[in-house]
Amino acid sequence: MTYVAHLSHSQLVMRRFLRHRLGIFGGVMTLLIYLVAAFVEFLAPHAPDTYLAKDVYAPPQSMHWILDGPDGRRFQPHVYSLRSTTDYNTGQRVFEEDPDRVIELGFLVRGDSYKFWGLISANLHFIGPKDPGERVYFLGADRLGRDVLSRTIYATRVSMTIGLVGVGISLVLGIAIGGISGYFGGIVDLAIQRLIEFLQSLPSIPLWIGLAAAIPPTTPPIRTYFFITAILSIIGWTGLARVVRGRFMSLKDENFIKAALLDGNRPVRIIRRHMVPNFLSHIIAVVTLAIPGMIIAETSLSFLGIGLRPPVVSWGVLLQEAQTLRSIATDPWLFLPGAAVVVAVLSLNFLGDGLRDAADPYAN
Amino acid sequence: MARFLARRLVLMLLTVIAISVISFFIIILPPGDFVDRLVQEANQYGENLEPHEIEDLRRNYGLDRSAVEQYFVWIRNILFRGDFGYSFGWDLPVSELIGQRLGLTAFLSVVTLLFVWIVAIPVGIYAAVRKYSLGDYVFTFLGFIGLAIPNFLLALVLLYISFRYFGQSVGGLFSPEYVNAPWTFARFADLLSHLWIPVIVLGTAGTAEIIRKIRANLLDELHRPYVLTARAKGLGETYLLLKYPVRHSLNPFVSELNDLFVKIVSGETIVAVVLGLQTTGPLLLEALKEEDLYLASTLIMFLSFLAVLGTLFSDLLLMLLDPKIRRQAASREMM
Repeated sequence: MTYVAHLSHSQLVMRRFLRHRLGIFGGVMTLLIYLVAAFVEFLAPHAPDTYLAKDVYAPPQSMHWILDGPDGRRFQPHVYSLRSTTDYNTGQRVFEEDPDRVIELGFLVRGDSYKFWGLISANLHFIGPKDPGERVYFLGADRLGRDVLSRTIYATRVSMTIGLVGVGISLVLGIAIGGISGYFGGIVDLAIQRLIEFLQSLPSIPLWIGLAAAIPPTTPPIRTYFFITAILSIIGWTGLARVVRGRFMSLKDENFIKAALLDGNRPVRIIRRHMVPNFLSHIIAVVTLAIPGMIIAETSLSFLGIGLRPPVVSWGVLLQEAQTLRSIATDPWLFLPGAAVVVAVLSLNFLGDGLRDAADPYAN
Repeated sequence: MARFLARRLVLMLLTVIAISVISFFIIILPPGDFVDRLVQEANQYGENLEPHEIEDLRRNYGLDRSAVEQYFVWIRNILFRGDFGYSFGWDLPVSELIGQRLGLTAFLSVVTLLFVWIVAIPVGIYAAVRKYSLGDYVFTFLGFIGLAIPNFLLALVLLYISFRYFGQSVGGLFSPEYVNAPWTFARFADLLSHLWIPVIVLGTAGTAEIIRKIRANLLDELHRPYVLTARAKGLGETYLLLKYPVRHSLNPFVSELNDLFVKIVSGETIVAVVLGLQTTGPLLLEALKEEDLYLASTLIMFLSFLAVLGTLFSDLLLMLLDPKIRRQAASREMM
């Protein structure tokens, strides 16, 4: 290894992280997913709740790039319109592409109007049919003829932020309680540690379900969202509190902390200048690894019908549509939100692994 | 060892009391009760209940008393009469409803626990010893996937596979003809043939986690001087591995709280709902939605109790396995 004594702690952490390829990959993916979450209105071809009865359970349309028109071949992204017939033997509707009816697609087109972040009115979409009256289903439609891709994109915002907010609340609780435990020590520490052990010995999902089922179905969506994050944090803080306490305890006895104390540093300076940089990277890693659990928990609760409820779109709410075997067999595209969950959770896990390795840059 | 056991049992008794409190108050404290639900239903049918009728209903169900009072009545009946209360929704005593389902939940959880240990320990050892081999990469990849797929999604996928390629009756723990049959060997065999889906679904995440931990722990141990010494003395490689570093690598599972079994019991609720198992999961979900007080509380209490019991059991198992853990547990109790 090259001579690194002149590098600061954060530079060392950075170097270490950049060596972890899977971690970088996870980091890039995570960033992309949060970018999607930030710009859902612009990225989704359609609004999440517009529907069309004739497109109920329409299959995904494949995109073509080159169009053979009367004026020769030209570059023109397009899909073919879907035509449905009913098979009278099975009673099922069969969709087929109609090569005569071309729906021309364009980038940065005008379409369904929306309020960006609930503030700015706009109708610009990254991709969509040039004619605002047409509809395109890159990943099929659901039982009401709503665009699955658009809904999955919209759900990204709710599902990804619920992990962040839930972990945020857990972190505040964890740092406060873990800090108190580590700072006071003795009987307080013992009591808090026993409480944490007790909470961790309980099966969390029945408790979550118990609390979530108590939310009345008539609760407004925003409040339900808040309740769900609060419920997830009730158990989530215990793990973080243990980590905070553990780091606090082990750092307190380090020689460099004692030295700083003997040099006459004030406690605030010791905490900010010497302790925080040392456990900040650990905390970030633990937090990153806690988010996937929250996402899975929200998805599971919503899937059971006691978490978030329509009209809120989250991945779990969307997966409610895919509850039956029928949907796996005939409309597999309804599982797209499930794929989104897996990709998001994997990315966050990779990133968290990389961060955890980097958090301790002096270990081999 | 005996002292350790005694202390653990006392601690467990306290835990059980705390569990009973939490199980009860988690259901009763949020606003709304079973009578509210009845009133709502009546309203839907265009019937309006008079306030005194609602009062009477509350009194009949014993819901007019304070929460604390109700708790003590519930506990007193459990302790002195073995009566866990009455299910409002089913109109049956709770004990009649949950008996067999609880047994199946316990059975399923224990089988899953065994499955996880049986798969995870050898695979973890293999992945550490053959570090960066093809097998190691395959298991690492599978492990990540296993952690990332929500249980209910995995359940749906396996359901589809078993339906499509094995032609098995879909979901449940029994074929239709055995659901209500008395216990016979044939019924047990039928149960076993249906068990693989829930066991895999419940066990995958835990298996993935344990493989990763064992691999990491074992990698730390493999280059220790004591391994070299043992090898220099001419011990066979397999014997050496199992006798020293593997036992070391299992050690942290006790010191950092063994929550594997808790997670299995916890996850069972959702998996059972998706797969339609005749275990406690679907019953609990239904009871919670209906605010069926005693049924829900009793179920949550027993599930928590099962989790605590299972953790104790697997701790003891590991203690038998490894003298170092025994000593560590003993010294932890001294603190």
